[in-house]
Amino acid sequence: MPEKNDHTNSEPTGDAIIEIMDMHKWFGEFHVLQDVNLTVQKKERIVICGPSGSGKSTLIRCINRLEEHQRGRIIVDGIELTNDIKNIEKIRAEVGMVFQHFNLFPHLTIVENLTLGPIWVRKIPKKEAEETAMYYLEKVHIAEQAKKYPGQLSGGQQQRVAIARSLCMAPKVMLFDEPTSALDPEMIKEVLDVMIELAQEGMTMIVVTHEMGFAKSVAHRVLFMDYGQIVEGNTPQEFFENPQHERTKLFLSQIL
Amino acid sequence: MNAEIERQPEEEIKPPVASVGVIGWIRANLFSSWFNSILTLITLYVLWKTVPPFFRWAVIDSNWFSTAEVCRGSEGACWSIIPANIRFILFGFFPYESQWRPLVAMILLVALLFYSRDRKHWKKSLAYAWVIGLVVMGLLMKGGILGLASVETTQWGGLPLTLMLSVFGLTAAYPLGVILALGRQSKMPAVKTLCIIYIEMIRGVPLITLLFMSSVVFPLFLPEGMTVNVILRAQAAIIMFTAAYIAEVVRGGLQGMSKGQYEAAESMGLNYYQTMRLVILPQALKIVIPPTVSQLISALKDTSLVVIIALYDLLKTTQSVLSDPAWMAFSSEAYIFVALIYFLCCYFMSSYSRRLEKELDTGL
Repeated sequence: MPEKNDHTNSEPTGDAIIEIMDMHKWFGEFHVLQDVNLTVQKKERIVICGPSGSGKSTLIRCINRLEEHQRGRIIVDGIELTNDIKNIEKIRAEVGMVFQHFNLFPHLTIVENLTLGPIWVRKIPKKEAEETAMYYLEKVHIAEQAKKYPGQLSGGQQQRVAIARSLCMAPKVMLFDEPTSALDPEMIKEVLDVMIELAQEGMTMIVVTHEMGFAKSVAHRVLFMDYGQIVEGNTPQEFFENPQHERTKLFLSQIL
Repeated sequence: MNAEIERQPEEEIKPPVASVGVIGWIRANLFSSWFNSILTLITLYVLWKTVPPFFRWAVIDSNWFSTAEVCRGSEGACWSIIPANIRFILFGFFPYESQWRPLVAMILLVALLFYSRDRKHWKKSLAYAWVIGLVVMGLLMKGGILGLASVETTQWGGLPLTLMLSVFGLTAAYPLGVILALGRQSKMPAVKTLCIIYIEMIRGVPLITLLFMSSVVFPLFLPEGMTVNVILRAQAAIIMFTAAYIAEVVRGGLQGMSKGQYEAAESMGLNYYQTMRLVILPQALKIVIPPTVSQLISALKDTSLVVIIALYDLLKTTQSVLSDPAWMAFSSEAYIFVALIYFLCCYFMSSYSRRLEKELDTGL
C-alpha cells in the first residue's frame, strides 16, 4: 500500500526535479519552442496558460519525450533526455501524464488499465498491483466502477481513472495536458477536485489549463506562454493582479 | 386542455392493425412501394419455377445407395456416387486398410478446433493438448512405428490434405502477417523496405505461380540429392501468400489506432513490444476481424489450387472419381457434396469470427 503523504508539507523543497535549459524545438520549419528555460522544484505546482498554438502542450510533451527537442537540454530527476531509449523509458515511468482525451485503453477494464504499467514496467506482482489500483480508485472516488470498461463511463469519470492510472506508477511528477478541456461543464469540477486533493498531498505538478480559478488556488507559479516563449512567470497573485507584459494583459483581459 | 395530459396511463392506444404482426411485416418488407411489390412478385415467380424442380431432382426422384446403372435410368439426382466412392474422395490413395488412421487424425483435429473455440479453454494445458495432438496426428498419417505401416506423403490426399494445408497454413500465416504489418510500420528503414518488397512482390503474383515456383523452380536451387517434401513446399507457398494479404489487412487496423493510445502506453514507460502486444495489437486485430476472416476463408478455398502440382486434395480426388466412366455423368452431385464440405468449413470460421467479435466488444 502506498505511503500516506504528509499533508502539512506540500511546499516546494528547493531541489530541482526538472531542469530545462535553452531548449528549442521545430516542427519542420516552424519554430514552436524558442529558448525555453524552466526549473521545477520538487513539490512545486506550475500552471501554464496561453493562447492556443503557443507551445504549452508541446513544452510538457517534451518533458517525457513524446516530442523530441532539437536544441538545449532537459534533465528530469537527474537523467538527461537523449536518444537513449532506455533512459527515456526510465523517465517516462517516473513522470505521469494525463491527456486531454483521457486515452484510456478501451479493451481493458478500469482496474486492468491501472495495473498495466505497474505489472509490466515496475514488475509488481498482479495481486499487489490490484490492491494499489483499488486504493487509487477509492481516492478518485470511483472504486465501484473497477470492473467496467472505459466506454461505459462518463468523461469526468474517465479522466479521474486516467489520473488514478498515472498515480499507480507512483510518479515523481505529474503532467496534465488540458485535463478538463474535453469535458462537459458539469464534470469539470469533479476532475479539478481530484487534482486539488493531489496538490494538497505535495505532488509535483505541471498543468496546462485554462481553468484560472484552479491556477489561483493551487499553483505556486503561473507561466504565460505565447509564440513558443515563456513570456512571464509569477506567483498567482502577482500574475493576475499585476501582469508585466502587454501580451499577458491582453490574454488575461480576453479570458477573465 | 391538452389531450396528452388528460389521458390516463391505462388507456393505451393500440397501433393500427395493418402496421403490426404478420400483415404489418409483409407490408413493410415486401410491398412497401409499387417497385418493391413488382420485385416481390418477380422473385416469387422465379422461386416457383426453380425450387420445386430442384427439390424433385434432389430429393423425391433421387437415388442414395443404388448402383450407377440404376442411376442412369432415373430422372433424379444420383447421390449414390458419394457412398460408393466416399473412401477415395475423403482419403485419396491412402492405403485402403489403413484409412482409419487419417479418419482418426481428422476427428482429432476437428475436436481440438472445436474445443479451442471457447476462450475459457485458452490455458497452458490447451497448448500441450495441441502439441500432443499434432504429434499423434503426424504419427497416424506417417506411420512407421508402433506397428503402423509406413505411408509415403505422396499417398496422402483428400480431406486430410485439404484440412492440413488450411489449418496449418492459416495458423502460420496469421502471426507471420502480423509481424510483416508491424515491420512495414517500422521506423527502421531496412526492415520497412524488406517488408514492403516482400508484401508487394507476393501480392503481385498469383498463388498458382508461387505453387509452381515452389515445386519446379525451388528444387533447382537445392544441392544435389537433397529434396524437400512436396506437401511442405505447397504449405510454405500457401503460408507466404496468405501472410502477405493478412499483413495488409492488419496494417489497416494499425493505422486506424489513434495516436493517443500509443502516447498513453509510451508515457507510462511501456517499451515498443509491450505497447504493441498489450495495447495496440489487441485493439487493432479486433477491428480487423471481419476482413481477416474473409482473407482466411479465401485462403482455405485456394488450397484447392495445389492440384496443379499434382497433390490430390479433396477437389482433385472428387474429380478423379468422375473420370470413372460409370460415374462420369454425375458430376453435379459430386461437386455439390464437395461444395457442402467447403461451405461447412467456411461457415465454421465466419460464425466463430462473429462470436469472437461479440465477446471482445467492450463498448468502444
